[in-house]
Amino acid sequence: MKWAGAGIKRELQTSTNKLQTLNPTAQHIWSLLEAVSDPEIPVLSVLDLGVVRDVQVQDDGRIDIAITPTYSGCPAMDVIAMDIRLKLIEKGYRNVQVRQQLSPAWTTDWMTESGKQKLRAFGIAPPNPKQQFCATDMFQEETVQCPRCDSWHTELISQFASTACKSMYRCHDCKEAFDHFKCH
Amino acid sequence: MNKELFEYTLHLADNALILGQRNAEWCGHGPALEQDIALTNISLDLIGQARLLYQYAADQYNAMDVGGQAAVAALLPKPWKEFNRALQEDDLAYLREERQFRNLLITELPKGDWAMTILRQFFFSAFQYLQYQQLQQSSDATLAAIADKSLKETAYHLRWSGEWVIRLGDGTAESRRRIEAALADLWMFTGEAFVPAAFETGIAPDPAALRSAWDERIGSVFAEATLDVPATGTWSQGGGKRGVHTEHLGYLLAEMQVLQRTYPNMTW
Repeated sequence: MKWAGAGIKRELQTSTNKLQTLNPTAQHIWSLLEAVSDPEIPVLSVLDLGVVRDVQVQDDGRIDIAITPTYSGCPAMDVIAMDIRLKLIEKGYRNVQVRQQLSPAWTTDWMTESGKQKLRAFGIAPPNPKQQFCATDMFQEETVQCPRCDSWHTELISQFASTACKSMYRCHDCKEAFDHFKCH
Repeated sequence: MNKELFEYTLHLADNALILGQRNAEWCGHGPALEQDIALTNISLDLIGQARLLYQYAADQYNAMDVGGQAAVAALLPKPWKEFNRALQEDDLAYLREERQFRNLLITELPKGDWAMTILRQFFFSAFQYLQYQQLQQSSDATLAAIADKSLKETAYHLRWSGEWVIRLGDGTAESRRRIEAALADLWMFTGEAFVPAAFETGIAPDPAALRSAWDERIGSVFAEATLDVPATGTWSQGGGKRGVHTEHLGYLLAEMQVLQRTYPNMTW
């Protein structure tokens, strides 16, 4: 069976070994989560985003899911927890618990490659693969590629944008302003 | 020991909540759309951190035995007992009184002009960054996890506010005049963070030990901003950690808490 979450086998930090020995129910849950999208960036699933850290099926049938917040104040987290529960209820899983796991802290490194491609297609520049500017040095600008015209001739407008996870850039070639999913 | 941890958790939460609330006053009033959004994003981060911390404080309280709960009774909101349920994060944020808050005075001062808001944020973020760095190593797993999570956000706050300090200090005559005025008003509130409170003895990192790293950060940004660092070791305001606040906190709480006080234990 090819299940939708196969990609996370490589990309999720929770050990590869564990995924291979997952019982069929847990595998099925992972594949269902592929259909739960981020409420603020609907092209991304919660798996693309890397916020689902663990799925456990208990002996009594209870499903425990651990999610990690992207940002402490991210208002999407409550909605994501509810959407996960609703999706699983819809598929017949009644006893579902979604808990928040803070550590290790979420990082854009956990975003899947396919998630980054979806972001770009949606018009948001994905986080660069190699993080360089999470430090506290002032006036450092990350080179970000315009998701519309692929130009590298872009400029940071603001480190903060429409949601906590994004910054704002401007492209000097196609003149469009665009969001960048900033490194974290 | 439990009492100290509880009070310390409240102190961290109160710092984040009160500054978050203050900055939120800029919502719709920022000097440019991007900066309006930046400040409200910073508010959102701070209030998110406060939520995690208040929930942790509530969990601590709910797990205490009768003796432990009695020892921290003075820090709890009054009307909450009548709700006949476990303590929750919202009770701690919305129903405690002024004297029960443990935030640093600098977080509650009025937002002032842009220079005042920027400089306060820079002073606070420079401190909070060091504090969270230390807390990452804490033997208290929850505080360590919250610090780990929050530190990256604080790094963005520190960069953003630091860059603005440089712009204002090394900007126009008017921007310089304003940030110098803000500095004159704020400096006496910067020392409080480094004087350990009674609850900063157990799990908390010694704030006095953070001073030299903080001085260094301020010094390097001020040098680029062509601003002079005022003399350290001068007299400093204090009292916030003991619940003795400026006249400004009461007004802030009145606005922030009015709904929960009017309709206690309300749910949406």
